[in-house]
Amino acid sequence: MRVVVDLSRCQGYAQCAFLAPDAFRMHGEEALMYDPSPDDAQREQVLRAAAACPVQAILVDRLEGRDAAAEAMRS
Amino acid sequence: MTSRTEALQTFKREGRIVIVGASLAGLRAAESLRDEGFTGSLTVIGDEKGEPYDRPPLSKQVLTGWVPAEATTLPRRREVDAQWLLGVPASGLDVAAGLVRLADGREVPYDRVLIATGVRARPWPHEAEAALDGVFVVRTREDAAGLRQRLADGPDRVLIIGAGFTGSEIASICRERDIPVTVAELGPGPLVGALGAMIGEIASEMQRAHGVDLRTGVKVTSLEGDEQGRLRRAHLSDGSTVDADVAVVALGGIRNTEWLQGSGLAVGPWGIAADSGCRAMDLNGLITDDVFVAGDVARCPHPVYEYRFISLEHWVNAVEQAEIAAHNMVHLQADRWPHLTIPSFWSIQFGVNIKSVGVPTFADEVVITQGSVAERRFVATYGYQGRVTAAVTFNNAKWLDHYRKLIETAAPFPPPCPTPDQPVDAKPVPVDFPGPMLLAQGATVVVTGHDPDERRVTAARP
Amino acid sequence: MTMTRTPGILPRILDYSARADPYPLYAELRRTPVALQEDGSYVISTYRELTALLHDPHLSSDIRNLAHPLPGAGREDNPAFLNLDPPEHDRMRRMAMRHFGPPHTPGLVDGMRPDMTAVVNGLIDGLQGRKQIDVVDDFAYPFPVTVICHLLGVPREDEPRFHQWVEALVDAIDYNPAVDPPERLQKGMQARAELRQYLGGLVEERHSRPGDDILSKLATDDGPDGRMTDEQIISTANLLLIAGHETTVNLITNGVLTLLRHPQMLQRLRNEPGLIIRLVEELLRYEPPVHIIPWRAAYSDITIADTTIPKGSQIMLMLASGSRDPDRFHDPDRFDPDRQDNQHLGFGSGIHLCFGGPLARLEAQIAITEFVRRVDNPRLVADPPPYRRSPILRGPLHLLVEQG
Repeated sequence: MRVVVDLSRCQGYAQCAFLAPDAFRMHGEEALMYDPSPDDAQREQVLRAAAACPVQAILVDRLEGRDAAAEAMRS
Repeated sequence: MTSRTEALQTFKREGRIVIVGASLAGLRAAESLRDEGFTGSLTVIGDEKGEPYDRPPLSKQVLTGWVPAEATTLPRRREVDAQWLLGVPASGLDVAAGLVRLADGREVPYDRVLIATGVRARPWPHEAEAALDGVFVVRTREDAAGLRQRLADGPDRVLIIGAGFTGSEIASICRERDIPVTVAELGPGPLVGALGAMIGEIASEMQRAHGVDLRTGVKVTSLEGDEQGRLRRAHLSDGSTVDADVAVVALGGIRNTEWLQGSGLAVGPWGIAADSGCRAMDLNGLITDDVFVAGDVARCPHPVYEYRFISLEHWVNAVEQAEIAAHNMVHLQADRWPHLTIPSFWSIQFGVNIKSVGVPTFADEVVITQGSVAERRFVATYGYQGRVTAAVTFNNAKWLDHYRKLIETAAPFPPPCPTPDQPVDAKPVPVDFPGPMLLAQGATVVVTGHDPDERRVTAARP
Repeated sequence: MTMTRTPGILPRILDYSARADPYPLYAELRRTPVALQEDGSYVISTYRELTALLHDPHLSSDIRNLAHPLPGAGREDNPAFLNLDPPEHDRMRRMAMRHFGPPHTPGLVDGMRPDMTAVVNGLIDGLQGRKQIDVVDDFAYPFPVTVICHLLGVPREDEPRFHQWVEALVDAIDYNPAVDPPERLQKGMQARAELRQYLGGLVEERHSRPGDDILSKLATDDGPDGRMTDEQIISTANLLLIAGHETTVNLITNGVLTLLRHPQMLQRLRNEPGLIIRLVEELLRYEPPVHIIPWRAAYSDITIADTTIPKGSQIMLMLASGSRDPDRFHDPDRFDPDRQDNQHLGFGSGIHLCFGGPLARLEAQIAITEFVRRVDNPRLVADPPPYRRSPILRGPLHLLVEQG
């Protein structure tokens, strides 16, 4: 899956690093480093992290998300 | 319906928009145009092959070895019905005829065009030396993939030429990977050109504390290769040499505007002049109505900074200008938006989150308003003629929104009210940028409103 | 500049009769974003002003900066980081965070998911065969208590003891000498002393026999910021113990209540479990567990919304009102988990953003998911349910539900 973080919004709350520690890592106290294409196995954690961002800086590919949602609806 | 609104509706339905540049700004503009209800034909032209990708991770996560260079493809905000002409650069713009010429001879006609061709890395000026094995720039995925591999191979020493943000970030990663690194900087310290002498001094200490061999006030005069054409040594202006098998040329960027020579647009080394609504200006200083500019190549006046033309190589600037340009391309004058966001920027290096709001070079004084420099957790506030114009934080980003408001409201500098963690000896010092700039006093404005359709400026004082 | 006095609205919000539905009163309050009260304090109720203040370095969390001391409650010699300003706040919070989250302990909370799911399912197993259950007592309270006890290293079997102290403490947070009986404050002070003594005993034990819990780590670890004193550990543990279950119980209960009031959403969640992620965010906006930050202090003069709040003034932040502000959220009184733009104030914002937010989120996600999945045909017995007294930590006292 594809992810981008608007790091000019990010204030280093680290909520993402709590909830998806394999995809989002703190570099020091406040700087965020992230995996821009985390493995699909981490999808749920990444979605949790994105929703939890206090400044809503994490964008997960909407096309993938919609496909997945559509599949879930069909099944 | 007036004829103008009718014409606009027809354009939104059947018009032709061409976006030149298929990176961050180009992609977000394409998405925004569809969001804005543009259903006509949309063409996106890009010189690099492959889908739009994100560049900031290239000098960070990619070089640490965590993620591969090809993993930075940008996520999409929505589906974009567009024709993507990738892998072929634009070679000319005929404003009178309304068409973009491609390097392969094709011509793409438009009703409105958005220029978002960005910046490329400034190469090492000596071509033969630049071609040595081990000499890198970092701008594209290919650049980053090459350097990533070389760092993984464990070089004896990396030489970084230029201690701006990119150079400093790469130096930080080398130290993290325990690779010996020398940084050569012409100025008095890292980041001085962007953030001034005080931060430069702090950045110098930070680099040295992490084991960087930092050489300031020196120029790399030549790069020397061995018989196999591999880099082995650099010669510096102070007569010294540095033995290094990898050199990273981090001397900033060159705006991709050569293809616009002869277009009649106001093109210069700092980009294409435009208004705050991203409409390009021609050489006469007249605003065009069907040529728009966004991202690193745009040079727009900012009311908060006395309407000076400002060029920004900032990630969020590319996104926001793309949105503003897209909106304005499909709206009439009365509904157009100005781009009034206060510039913001970040850099991650040596375990510190460095962030800024405002334009730190637009300042005459700077003062530490919160925190501790010794702990590298602080806020530095910049002022120009008694008002706040910028702020820089080291691991203190949660306060930045406050300083953004101070800038927007032309709040007094130095900030008069104490905070609980204000250093006791906080005194403004001259900001001291290399090459003093002459700033004249101009109009002071305040920015009001929150949503794009309500953001406006008003004069602060008569 | 006009000073607007709005006598009446805040007392009506604090009055117990408003507990079940304070939102219409918040809407009234928002007409005056910065409202000066009879006692000289200021009440902030609109989103933009709240977020501006939460990021304003002149807003102090240390009540020692109030010009007029509070009537007893909240006075402490060793405040926890919640009631401190930088740089002490930052240092204390970093030292506590070392053992709870990133960058030092990044995987702890996410790694608790399987255990938390097991605890929740154990509680639901215990509900089987009962016609009527109390969502608070049988489910939403015991779950976070078990989790926080385990994390901190507080014996779960001591719950009946500290539960009483915590109740009395919470009850005294908003003590108002004008209307409340003095016994409430006395009980609160007494409870605090006893809880501190209890925690002090635990800290002492951990010094000699450290375990794998946060108390032990605080007592023995020497990180880059040094070690907390025992008094500081007690204050920190006190804060985490109270916040760790007195708030999450509200979030889970509010979640179940809101879903029972929106049966189509409950049905959708059954079919679409991934919805829980955004649903909990919407709950944090729509029915947050913490409604009010009661005391902050103006460290220097603060100008906001054309009003200057003088240095030393008490400032009350109405977070739950901000999250319902129509100038910020479209159709704010609608419960809409599909909301894309949801930068709510459920956990506050700025440097004091809820310490345990990630844990609370996961707890609520797991608890509500399993409740909806496993409890058959749940129906509200009474709507509205009876509420707890506190207007600050607001939530149902009981939530009776019939099943089957």
